[in-house]
Amino acid sequence: MKFALMVSEGPYTHQSSDTAWQFAKAALESGHEIFRVFFYHDGVNNGTRFTAPPQDDRHIVNRWSELAEEYGLDLVVCVAAAQRRGIIDADEAKRHGKDGDNIAPGFRISGLGQLIEAGIEADRLLQFGD
Amino acid sequence: MLHTINKSPFEKNSLESCLRLAKPGHDILLIEDAVYAATSGTIVSELVEAAVKDKNVYALGPDLASRGIDEARLLKGIGIVNYEGFVDLAVKNDKVQSWL
Amino acid sequence: MSEPTVKRFMYINRRAPYGTVYSVEGLEVALIGAAFEQDVCMAFIDDGVYQLKKDQDTSATGIKNFSPAYRALGDYDVTRLYVERESLQARGLTEDDLMALTYEDEDDDWAEKPSIRLVSREELSGLVDQQDVILHF
Repeated sequence: MKFALMVSEGPYTHQSSDTAWQFAKAALESGHEIFRVFFYHDGVNNGTRFTAPPQDDRHIVNRWSELAEEYGLDLVVCVAAAQRRGIIDADEAKRHGKDGDNIAPGFRISGLGQLIEAGIEADRLLQFGD
Repeated sequence: MLHTINKSPFEKNSLESCLRLAKPGHDILLIEDAVYAATSGTIVSELVEAAVKDKNVYALGPDLASRGIDEARLLKGIGIVNYEGFVDLAVKNDKVQSWL
Repeated sequence: MSEPTVKRFMYINRRAPYGTVYSVEGLEVALIGAAFEQDVCMAFIDDGVYQLKKDQDTSATGIKNFSPAYRALGDYDVTRLYVERESLQARGLTEDDLMALTYEDEDDDWAEKPSIRLVSREELSGLVDQQDVILHF
């Protein structure tokens, strides 16, 4: 089965990102495919490489980057939601005259159309939010 | 159809809204704080017991355990699944709806 | 060459405007999705019905008033906005409290028709069941 996931909340404040990651891991380990994980609303905050959570707890951002690397996942951060919340890659930083970027490894910034495409291409689209 | 609910029924009306629109035979999966709805002796127990009669109601085991909820405290007829079971429910149903 | 996939998308709106961002970002999904020529509709239940309330004036809050954007839905082929009657009634609202949102029906000589369709809980349940992709905002 081909899944697409939508993560609508940021790391730590809600359990959404955790549940989504656990679902993704279980699906991949069972041999299913994940077409895309799309981060929207505060979910874009899962895509910053500047988090430094306590060492004795899970590192939510790194966990996504590692899962993406292991399985070739497409982690997409919505550009409109990212612009509102300050998640930015080098190209966007240049475009908006910002003095730095913060996108985490394995994540890419793209348009809302990627969510619709995921809904069209995947067999199931699951939402994790508040 | 698989419905997932993640908010506590005492915090938000998502459980109520879901059960108003869900149809007989649908699967309902309680995850995160919504697992409290699966416990007995609460003000929503009657609502959940009614749902169990014509729908398949499940609670996510890891979320029950995180919250210290013993299986013995659950309402009758609630199935417990882990994340693999969550995936299986999503595969089994042709669509999934998340009541946030 | 195979036909492009057309799925039935429903965006279910359950939250009031302005208190949280979900309604405005949900509306953006509905508008952007139109470019993909899918079969899109929206449902408004619980506090979501407040999104369609007329006379929204945000000037004193400093927040952008995005209610005019709902008028664009008709132009983007999102012509079915299902409003749950029970949710309106529970909030002391009637259809008269809502914005008059319309679309031009190309199959009826571009006649202007209302996009808002009041439905009962039961009817809405049936409509939701017909969808392929359901997102909540």
